[in-house]
Amino acid sequence: MSVIFSDKGKSLIVARDRCKGCELCIEVCPVDVLEPSDQLNSRGVITPAIKREGKCTLCTLCENMCPDLAIYIMPDAG
Amino acid sequence: MKQQELEHPHIKEMVSYELMGKYYNPFCPGCGYGIIANTVNNALLERGDLLSYPLITGVGCCCYMPFILVGNSFYCLHGRALPFATGLKLANPKLKPIVWSGDGDCLSIGMGHFMHTARRNVDMVMLLLNNEVYGMTGGQMAPTTSSGVTTTTTPFGMRESSFDAVKLAIDAGATYVARWTIAQPFQIAKSFRKALDHRGFSMIEFISICPTYRGRLNELPSPVDMLRQLKADTVSLKDAANMDEDQLEGKHVVGEFLERHDRPELSTLYEKLWSERGGRG
Repeated sequence: MSVIFSDKGKSLIVARDRCKGCELCIEVCPVDVLEPSDQLNSRGVITPAIKREGKCTLCTLCENMCPDLAIYIMPDAG
Repeated sequence: MKQQELEHPHIKEMVSYELMGKYYNPFCPGCGYGIIANTVNNALLERGDLLSYPLITGVGCCCYMPFILVGNSFYCLHGRALPFATGLKLANPKLKPIVWSGDGDCLSIGMGHFMHTARRNVDMVMLLLNNEVYGMTGGQMAPTTSSGVTTTTTPFGMRESSFDAVKLAIDAGATYVARWTIAQPFQIAKSFRKALDHRGFSMIEFISICPTYRGRLNELPSPVDMLRQLKADTVSLKDAANMDEDQLEGKHVVGEFLERHDRPELSTLYEKLWSERGGRG
């Protein structure tokens, strides 16, 4: 699990090993900040990453559309 | 931050975590069933009382659901999830069974049970997961396959007409009927919470995607292509009122079709009978 974006006390997290590479999150993102990364995970699929100058609005649509709980938003601890 | 703090809150409540100590998702990449499970998990964890909501699955791809669901599950015979849930409801009327059924499970082998459970208006939530194909057994045609669709048993396109589960449920006597596609997760969440509070037989049909069999044989190889096609084929109930039958051919009309409170519920009727006769005997 790695944090790929943080803002307003919340973080966008990608669990790379759970991702199956369906790219539904990239398709549904309303502000188009996600893109296929250049990394392969242990399943051998391309996982999503955030664009270099992308600003995520933390709308949770990707979290709701991910069938594998691989991308989600959590409040920061503390 | 520590890795445990970043873990998704659903995972530790799941059956797969209890059995194997890790998250295990058996579905194909891009399968829409995970999206529905996510939404239902959110709603159930919000309620907190998982013991009141037993999850009953039939056979089909949806029988893998308990792996990624929170709460207690029962895995039934093919097509017999609804009779089991009826028995559960009558034995303990405080429960609210949630039945998971696929299009093959509910609309072909379990069709009689589906119609009679709707007729009796048993208080439960039925989730009909419709991916328009028999996904688990290798992509054969289902009673819900749209006309013209290629499957492994209809290589020249589906020529038969298909079932409309929503119309069937309304005619049989269900008291809350809705249909959504998996591209509408927020509407699914709202509708499912409404169905949990509704007293009576609630049926929600989800139009899902099957990239492995339905998509691959129909020139929609990736989940993203299927999702785009699904969005293009979706018509809201409001727009469908102004369209004729030819325009609605092959489209999915989505929305809340029916909500009624005038039909008596089965367990209420039996409780009344038992109180009149002074006991269950």
